[in-house]
Amino acid sequence: MRSNFRAMLVVTLVAAFAVTAGSVSTAPAASQAKITVTVAALRPGSSEEAKKQFNDNVALFERRNKNVDIRPVEYAWNGATFAAQLAAGRLPTVFTVPFTDARTLGENRQLADVTAQIKRWPYFKKFQPSILAEATTSKGRIVGVPYAAYAQALHYNRQLFRQAGLNPNKPPTTWAQLQQYAKQISQRTGQAGYAQMGLNDNTAGWIATTVTYTFGGRVQTGRGTRAVARLNNPQTIQSLQMLRKMRWTDNSMGSTYDYTWPTINQAFAAGKIGMFINGSDIYTFLVQSTDINPSIYGIAPLPLAKHKSAGVLGGGSIAAVRPDTKGAKLEAAMRWIDFFYIRKLVEKAAAIRDAKILVANKQPVGVPSFPIFNRAQFVQANLWVKPYVNVPTAQMRPFLTGIFKQKLYPEPVASTQSVYHALDPVVQAVFTDREANIVELLNDANQVAQKAISEGK
Amino acid sequence: MDPVDVTAGETAASEIAVVASPAVRSRRRARRSLAGWVQGGGLSALLFALPMLVIFTAFSWYPIVRLVLLSFQETNLFDPPTWVGLENFRAVIEDPLFLTAVKNTAYFAALALVFGYPIPLVAAVLVSESTRFRGLYGALAYLPVVLPPVVGVLLWKYVFYEPSNIGLFNTALGWIGFGPYGWLQDPGTAMPALVVYSTWANAGTTVIIYLAALTSVDRTLYEAASVDGAGLWRKIWHITLPQIRGVMLVTLMLQIIGTAQVFLEPFLFTAGGPANSTLTVLLLIYQYAFGNSLGVGFGQAAALSLMLAVFLAVFSVAFIRLTRSWSTR
Repeated sequence: MRSNFRAMLVVTLVAAFAVTAGSVSTAPAASQAKITVTVAALRPGSSEEAKKQFNDNVALFERRNKNVDIRPVEYAWNGATFAAQLAAGRLPTVFTVPFTDARTLGENRQLADVTAQIKRWPYFKKFQPSILAEATTSKGRIVGVPYAAYAQALHYNRQLFRQAGLNPNKPPTTWAQLQQYAKQISQRTGQAGYAQMGLNDNTAGWIATTVTYTFGGRVQTGRGTRAVARLNNPQTIQSLQMLRKMRWTDNSMGSTYDYTWPTINQAFAAGKIGMFINGSDIYTFLVQSTDINPSIYGIAPLPLAKHKSAGVLGGGSIAAVRPDTKGAKLEAAMRWIDFFYIRKLVEKAAAIRDAKILVANKQPVGVPSFPIFNRAQFVQANLWVKPYVNVPTAQMRPFLTGIFKQKLYPEPVASTQSVYHALDPVVQAVFTDREANIVELLNDANQVAQKAISEGK
Repeated sequence: MDPVDVTAGETAASEIAVVASPAVRSRRRARRSLAGWVQGGGLSALLFALPMLVIFTAFSWYPIVRLVLLSFQETNLFDPPTWVGLENFRAVIEDPLFLTAVKNTAYFAALALVFGYPIPLVAAVLVSESTRFRGLYGALAYLPVVLPPVVGVLLWKYVFYEPSNIGLFNTALGWIGFGPYGWLQDPGTAMPALVVYSTWANAGTTVIIYLAALTSVDRTLYEAASVDGAGLWRKIWHITLPQIRGVMLVTLMLQIIGTAQVFLEPFLFTAGGPANSTLTVLLLIYQYAFGNSLGVGFGQAAALSLMLAVFLAVFSVAFIRLTRSWSTR
């Protein structure tokens, strides 16, 4: 009996230890003096060069901030995984979110309030008010630091253009021209002339909204929970009818209709797509995560209809901090954001240092972007890194010369992701059903979107 | 235990009880019963069970209780949740996608029942009837189960179901002048395509269960039937199936419960599309919780999870009661 009891005691203690082991800190006393900040690094699957470039920045930061230990973790913003990480408390201290989400996350107190810290930055007043508004709650609290802005653009494969008998220096400037080019590419090369994201993960709705903007339509009016959904507007109907024609009549869209953000980029890099819509800054992803041949890459502004409200949907990224980060750790997190994301945009030495690290690690410098600070600062920052630019700027000329002639509009402000999600099945129906009743589907989607807006979801 | 000893013990105890006062009697009984419980192995049993109790409490029972509570709450995942009564249940029932998800799940379950349920049974009978390479056939049937599900899905998505004419199915159909078809991109074929994959991926486990059940069938019954002139089909119909009907009913119930909770296939293959044609109940739960980065739909996700759990519990009880007589006859 006694030996049994001892054995049981051992089993119980071992089990209890196993259960509680995860919560026991084994960090040496010496390291406790340091502030550990976990930071979002590169997306999974990034190249070794990209990782080295990131780690070089970490090493430099740590040399300058001896009491801070930066721990990079792989990170790629994704609506679904973000909510899971948020729920599980597994977000890094510093992470990034798109413009679509920061404000609502801030309203829900799911991001740290960094108003006091950011206002101490010497260049705070240079932020473009419209950009800073993307990270500001209705109560005026700043919950993140915008660090990159983009415009939706038309990316095209110059090699397929040539094979189809098109001039790669003259991308389409109207939607009619784009349809004609897509047809020609499809017929002469056997690849998809034009492709569009179509997965049920909000990307289908995002691109449908982008095309709606180019026709002059908007998918909602107003702000907050009083915003009104307008998914069934004439321009969305028009854009979906055009999509249907390309899919079913022209047969110019290939055979894959469930692309999402990474898969459409990968298919483009693999030479399977003639033209597609995505943010103007995706060249970095194409270099870091695909084997793209840079010579095939071309980028142009989106065609705009002759409508006074026609414009380009913009977007961007915001660096944010976990809401439970306080005191010295919050200060350290903001120092990292300043160092890694922002300083290179406003300080010559930082801009050159960043460009040198990028070039040394074969990472792109000079990818098309938009001003976070005022226009003069943007031009200045571009001049600083001009000697280091290694992207094919000649192939980007149609975009670089054309985009500043277009009007850039922000994404829908209320329940953005839910509005996109409501549009997803409509786009999918157009892709999969030749007889899909677009108006009826949009009316149904509008109800779904309105419900989400009213509930603040 | 010897019956004579019991009688003697009872007699001794009653004699003590007669001479002691009620208070003393009570204390002695308590002391004796605690000591008896320890000496009888109660403490040992408790200590042995303790790790299991701790683990189950932490990872099963506590989350279930939290889920029930969460279904009546609203949360932003950081601040303390607020009570909202039955609001989450009302929101789920009023959601037009709820009915779509229920219908799709029922469709998946029905297709899996019609096509997926008989296949493992037929495969097991054929394997058990084979005289050579029985082990090899069994291993081949089980092989898809050991393949990681994500690998299996990617294999089927990009090799078999590839929508262009380089997909395996489309290539084969192309030889006879059909296709190419977008198997996963057409609302009409997407769900059957998921059922085909699911059957391929999961049949192996059921085959193994049936093979084990078939070994328990008395071989003399087959010999007797052979003597009576019964062929293979009559032996299967009159001997094999009745002999393993209990196992068949259990696998049927498990399959219905499993298909009601189908998630992996629609999540990885289609994300619920095209046009919500493969949106299932579990995928809808996932979308409530993780559909956008805000995570403010956890209450609705918990409410629908609870509704599904209650439905499956009621179904299981009803199924067991209705089939009890048949399975033990």
